[in-house]
Amino acid sequence: MTFVVPFGPQHPALKEPEYFRFEVKGEEIIDLNVRLGYIHRGIERALQERSYLHNIYLAERICGICNVAHTTAYCQTIEQLANIEVPDRARFIRTILCELERIHSHLLWAGVAAHEIGFNTLFMFFWRDRELVLDLKEMISGNRQISASNTLGGVRRDVKPEYVPTMLRVLNKLEKETKYYIDVCTSDRTILARCMGVGVLTKEDAIKLCIVGPTTRASGVDVDIRRDDPYAAYDEISFKVIIEREGDVLAKVIVRLREILESIRIIRQALKALPRGPLRTKVAPKIEPNEALGRIEAPRGELLYYAISNGTDKPERIRVRPPTYANIPSFKPMFVGGTIAEIPIVMASIDPCFACTDRVTLVDSHTGKARVVSFDELRGRRK
Amino acid sequence: MGLVSFFRRKSPWLLHFDTGGCNGCSIEVVATIIPRHDIERFGMQVRGSPRHADILVVTGPITKQAKDRIIRIYEQMPEPKMVVAVGSCPASGCVFYDCYNVVGPLDKFIPVNAYVPGCPPKPEAIIFALVKALEKV
Ligand code: SF4
Repeated sequence: MTFVVPFGPQHPALKEPEYFRFEVKGEEIIDLNVRLGYIHRGIERALQERSYLHNIYLAERICGICNVAHTTAYCQTIEQLANIEVPDRARFIRTILCELERIHSHLLWAGVAAHEIGFNTLFMFFWRDRELVLDLKEMISGNRQISASNTLGGVRRDVKPEYVPTMLRVLNKLEKETKYYIDVCTSDRTILARCMGVGVLTKEDAIKLCIVGPTTRASGVDVDIRRDDPYAAYDEISFKVIIEREGDVLAKVIVRLREILESIRIIRQALKALPRGPLRTKVAPKIEPNEALGRIEAPRGELLYYAISNGTDKPERIRVRPPTYANIPSFKPMFVGGTIAEIPIVMASIDPCFACTDRVTLVDSHTGKARVVSFDELRGRRK
Repeated sequence: MGLVSFFRRKSPWLLHFDTGGCNGCSIEVVATIIPRHDIERFGMQVRGSPRHADILVVTGPITKQAKDRIIRIYEQMPEPKMVVAVGSCPASGCVFYDCYNVVGPLDKFIPVNAYVPGCPPKPEAIIFALVKALEKV
């Protein structure tokens, strides 16, 4: 006999409301269904109704955690549409901001993961160090989370020379701490017992389901948009793509922590090589009919923007494919066969970000009452 | 001040619910419990169940699907209860004000005791609002 365990929408594992329905037999999970859409807002539609410049601020708020990734991808796509070259200095500053965000996002995730396995002390440690990164972000962009520093044709704020010593000092501290965390995570018995061999995603599954980002790199698949399709200043910087083979939760932790070290190296190089020059070029408000595709490596994986312009100051269509959307199919191979106690940590292990994903509604075919939104309603709120 | 409300002010428990925000505010709410900000100084704790909560912290604009949930969670909380709206989203809808799936602002559905403006507000601001809201008890 199977038993259904509903999980969510207001639930202990994630800060965001989602509904999961697990079918279990005793302790073992035999099936699951995901129902998303609690925070579907209708952003793609709204993107069509605003001008290119307004859209930066909307794209930024698709996800507050990886807002720089979203604006970088958005600006890059629109710059391709309009055939604009970004000044060199702006490209480097974008790289620095993207990497700062990757560090903050990975630390945040590591903290959440530690919390899921009941290791709250470690959660506090991770989040304490994350504050250091947020301080740097605040110094450069004026805000802790939403940075508003990318704009069409460049960036709005400079990395001033007097910032550099502070940044280097904080990075040194972070590097030391991260190395210590890697030590802790590979040797602490509690962590090993909860993470090793749990929620395994095999390399075959990862390739078959087109999983992206650190989740797939932890399964031994060698992809990274920063190297495969360089954007911003990544083609002028040398870095390693971090790969682990095991595919379990522990591998996902280690991949992310080692990526932090790599990000620190990238920022150091970028600060050293920061060229002089203007911060932005002028962009005309109207863009000729064209289409473009931009992709970047957000902290959670490949983020893809596709845009069509129609000669006015508003886009015809913009499509956003965030990384969590690509990663949701991986839930099934990771959960089925596991136990109920593993649910929170395995769910957290792909670092799901539903704020990004929920611009699309998936309705569960078993229980879901699909809410039909009439066409009038869709257009309604525009008046 | 009666004895009961005196104690009530000493250890309110929080419940956080995201009704469709971008996560910016949600992580700032979580950031209030870390060592640097530490809301336990004020006796507050973030809890997982509506039945234990005294203060409901809402982030995000209210989406169609989340609307019923937030009302239900509010009703499940024991009296007396308070609602603090964190960020511009529950106050006005922020950038999402004209999205087709957003039905907010929050005070259309449940009474709100305090608003924290900002997108996202800093953890200090959130703590300030919580403490201010408690003064009203
Ligand atoms: S107020 Fe701003 S940061 Fe907060 S949830 Fe809304 S858009 Fe995100």
